[in-house]
Amino acid sequence: MVLERGEVANSWRRERWESLRLLTPNWQTRLPGHHYEGPDPDGYMTMGEVIKFIDHFAAVCRAPVRTSVAVTSLRRADDGYLVATNDGDIRCRTAIIASGACNLPAVPALAEAVPSALTQFTPFGYQGPAHLPDGGVLVVGASATGVQLAAEIRRSGRPVILSVGEHVRLPRTYRGRDVLWWMDSSGVWDQRHDEIDDLARARRLPSPQLVGTPERTTLDLNALSAMGIELTGRLAAVRDGRALFSGGLRNVFALADLKLQRLLDTFDAWAGSAEAGEGFEPTLVPASPRLQLDLRSGEVRTIVWATGFRPDYRWLDLPVLDAKGHLQHDGGVVATPGLYALGLPVLRRRKSTFIHGISDDARDVIEHLAQTLAAR
Amino acid sequence: MTTADNGVNVQALLDAREALKNAPEAAQFTWRATSKWQKGVHSTTTVQNFFGLGQEQSHKTETVLDADHPEVFAAEDNAITPIEYLLVGLASCLTAGVASVAQNRGIQLRSVESVVEGNHDIRGILGDTDVRNGYNDIKVTFTIDADASKQEIEALVAQSQKRSAVFDALTNPTNVSVEVA
Repeated sequence: MVLERGEVANSWRRERWESLRLLTPNWQTRLPGHHYEGPDPDGYMTMGEVIKFIDHFAAVCRAPVRTSVAVTSLRRADDGYLVATNDGDIRCRTAIIASGACNLPAVPALAEAVPSALTQFTPFGYQGPAHLPDGGVLVVGASATGVQLAAEIRRSGRPVILSVGEHVRLPRTYRGRDVLWWMDSSGVWDQRHDEIDDLARARRLPSPQLVGTPERTTLDLNALSAMGIELTGRLAAVRDGRALFSGGLRNVFALADLKLQRLLDTFDAWAGSAEAGEGFEPTLVPASPRLQLDLRSGEVRTIVWATGFRPDYRWLDLPVLDAKGHLQHDGGVVATPGLYALGLPVLRRRKSTFIHGISDDARDVIEHLAQTLAAR
Repeated sequence: MTTADNGVNVQALLDAREALKNAPEAAQFTWRATSKWQKGVHSTTTVQNFFGLGQEQSHKTETVLDADHPEVFAAEDNAITPIEYLLVGLASCLTAGVASVAQNRGIQLRSVESVVEGNHDIRGILGDTDVRNGYNDIKVTFTIDADASKQEIEALVAQSQKRSAVFDALTNPTNVSVEVA
């Protein structure tokens, strides 16, 4: 059985902002035996469309979903597990943790020092610019969430400062095709967890600077600068009411530009293309990026924390987390017999957290699970 | 990959990273310097002992560093100025990083040179409160000869900054408490 704390597609219904669309094009948004059949294969689904898509999948595959059942504890019992829920206890021989990596917004501890006059949002509370106070906005974080929110808040007429740490720069299209077509076709996304040199780092990688729009526009930092968004270094501290930014902005640009070029070189090598690909302008470094912002001056009235997400394992009563709170697993196989995970970053492949990435992972994990059951 | 030899024992560093994953307390180091006023703006600082891996440690020899100010500051110029020591720290840290990353990536280095320039408006330290005391900006220019493409060399320098203690200490704020014993 599948336990769902809310409704099917719950996080897509309740934990996303209004304008969000998927990062993957429609043709790539597929689940086993279920794919997009509409008129716009190169478009990107709105949240309403994603909810319908998943709802429909749940119906056609007749998944035994029990909705409005929240797990409050998972612990070992005899040779299986005891799952405590708000709707009674369940005993099972095997369990799969498929609650995802983005249950809670990860807000840095320095947020506690932000003066109380400012309004603060996480992506879970943020709906759209119309719901923000007037005045300037500091967006912290430049992954997919940060660049998308910075852009739409800027378009509402507000001054926006974007604090940028390490990030992943991607163009929306390369040589006329969606960059995620390249990730898929060139085999980058199929790279397995046991083939990756630094797996811990691959699993920590922030989401790429992408947005799904009908125009297929690129939303990199140069695009944001051209919109009049001010770029600053990583937010390093809040001291005496002042936000202090890192002076290392140039290097995070260099790291992302170099990484982008290496990825495009990989695509070209795969395509056997000898001619030079599209060149991308280096990320333009502001002449004198600011190092401080007085949060009491009224220059910004709102802070949006686009600083990532973390899983919530408070219900997991098993010694399977490492010192940093990450679930320890080998390709989704947890050391405790019969316990598995799915839907975590680079679980078995680079594509693990994308919608179409679940099929291969699920097949491998279920195969292991079936063997475990058969061996008993 | 294994043929490059820049004289860095990368394996020991990788082993240490692995060992410290399960012993974070051993990773807590305290670096120390002891300073003594000589005369005028001249001081002498000695460095030998530090704490790390759970115990007191000691460099093989004591290092004695003098600091003074130049004659244009109406000083005796017995040695370089304290703020120049920051450039020494930055250049040597980034250079060590370049060598280590190159070793880890199997890139043979032939020469690594850098020029470090810190722009400083001295009106700040002379009491103009509208001007900052420290550097306004610092520029490092590397010239590297290695068995690698330009892009690989740029990546070495970028990765070196990413892992540099002194680059971090200069670009990010640090709490500093100064007390009278």
